[in-house]
Amino acid sequence: MIITIASGKGGTGKTLVATSLSLSLGENSQFLDCDVEEPDGYIFLKPEIKKSEIVYLPKPKVDISKCKFCGLCSKICHYNAISVIKPKNKVLFFYELCHSCGACVLVCPENAIYEEKEEKGTVEIGTAKGIFSFIQGKLKIAQASPTPVIKAVKKHIRKDKINIIDASPGVSCPVVEAVKDTDFCILVTEPTPFGLNDLKLAIEMTKKMGIPSGVIINRSDIGDNKVEEYAKKEGIPILLNIPFKREIAISYSKGVPLVNIFPEYINKFREVYKKIEKILINKK
Amino acid sequence: MKKITVISGKGGTGKTFLTASFASISKNKVIVDCDVDAANLYILLHPDIKKEEVFMGGYEVSINQDKCIKCGKCLTICRFDAVKTVKNKNNLIDKILIDKFSCEGCGACLYGCPVDAIEIKEMENGKWFISDTKYGPFIFAKLNVTSENSGKLVSKIKEEGCKIGEEIKADYVIMDGPPGIGCPVIASLSGVDIAIVVTEPTLSGISDMERVIGVAEFFKVETKVVINKYDINIENTKRIEEICKKREIDVIGYIPFSEKVFESVVQTIPYVEFSNDSITEEIKNIWEKIAKQ
Repeated sequence: MIITIASGKGGTGKTLVATSLSLSLGENSQFLDCDVEEPDGYIFLKPEIKKSEIVYLPKPKVDISKCKFCGLCSKICHYNAISVIKPKNKVLFFYELCHSCGACVLVCPENAIYEEKEEKGTVEIGTAKGIFSFIQGKLKIAQASPTPVIKAVKKHIRKDKINIIDASPGVSCPVVEAVKDTDFCILVTEPTPFGLNDLKLAIEMTKKMGIPSGVIINRSDIGDNKVEEYAKKEGIPILLNIPFKREIAISYSKGVPLVNIFPEYINKFREVYKKIEKILINKK
Repeated sequence: MKKITVISGKGGTGKTFLTASFASISKNKVIVDCDVDAANLYILLHPDIKKEEVFMGGYEVSINQDKCIKCGKCLTICRFDAVKTVKNKNNLIDKILIDKFSCEGCGACLYGCPVDAIEIKEMENGKWFISDTKYGPFIFAKLNVTSENSGKLVSKIKEEGCKIGEEIKADYVIMDGPPGIGCPVIASLSGVDIAIVVTEPTLSGISDMERVIGVAEFFKVETKVVINKYDINIENTKRIEEICKKREIDVIGYIPFSEKVFESVVQTIPYVEFSNDSITEEIKNIWEKIAKQ
């Protein structure tokens, strides 16, 4: 089973839900932090990292002695990552735009473009108290594309475990990469116009990708009830309401999981898991 | 003209709440929402849209099944695992398909196909808008859900915002940035004068702040820090101060936690217009420090 926690809007409580859900499911679950830009699960699960893998991607370079400055590489690059300045006999690569697709290498008529490997980030694998295992990805600072690191984290998904994936905020490429090929997506939101706006986008995303989803409303007693109404209208089940408590905010600030402060949430999260199982069985 | 971007690393720390208030207090400026993925600033600024433009940011790749000879060359070229095969019972390739959620639209497969069976077309990836608000011109965008290339769209509207700023001789371009540290954040930081990092005294907030400050430092952008909900955990607030001191970054504001902030968002009003209290006072002080810079 693979469950991804996403949200659209940031700061709604994805990591709060993902860590507590994982802890509630215990040794049967493994936690995969796919918010590789800002991984925070480690703060709550306090893992012992046993192994670290570096994620490399090819980086194009030009052998200037072979280059005839025809400009074909620049013309075909869909990311505007290459500029060929003919009068100056210069080729510039803008690596922050490059996707390492290799198209420039393929089209160069002089075979003047070669590739070197470049570090994009790391994947750390370890253990954490109360769960089966802990995996997190970390994008290297000033690298633009998180997707290769997310892919590397997801290689550690195990079929015999319940895989809890913590995704990044938003609804574009890094979230699509995290949500892709998962069985169910939990969308965490808050009852404000921001939360509603971004929940609409997140539901559009999961529907487009054909992934069943459910909503958890965090700080459910502040704001308005439009989120609930919208979810009902869209036929998306509300899996859990987490009312606002200052103690929750304070324990979160210290990196203490919700289920450690309020153990009654263990059963609530197990119920959430049961609901998800039921939804998936009914779907089949 | 001073260019200011509000970022945070961690989502939900209060970027948009603060940016909307800056928009309300400041004079003679252009406002840009660089969070094109989940844009929220428009909710507080109530824009009157003057111009709508289509953003062509991506490519849709497909395979012409009549031409495809199922050689599998594209499979070996694609680095994004976007070429999928359907096999028949003899384990031979029956059909080759492109998985649009994996495809990054690079077009590399085109250059390997021996029979020109791969077709590619430019695709609309979103829309961007020029609008009027009672605070001044406001540029924002909506990237299509599940799309690529948010960095390119951010660069586009940032450029447009600066162009309008030059035209009207604005003193400031105020930009609301996206969460994270990846391509849209890099795009919204490049070439700006000041980055305002809004953080919160949670261990997550601190961890994420340090990573995004690293990005701002890498691109040599001057950084200031605002601590939102600073009274949720005073110990962590002190820790933020220590980190900033070590990195020679000024902490220019402290906003206390208040449920009234949620109320102002629910009523879709920039906070400084919603309540005349100590929070509003503090936001005005923060803006003065930025404006004087």
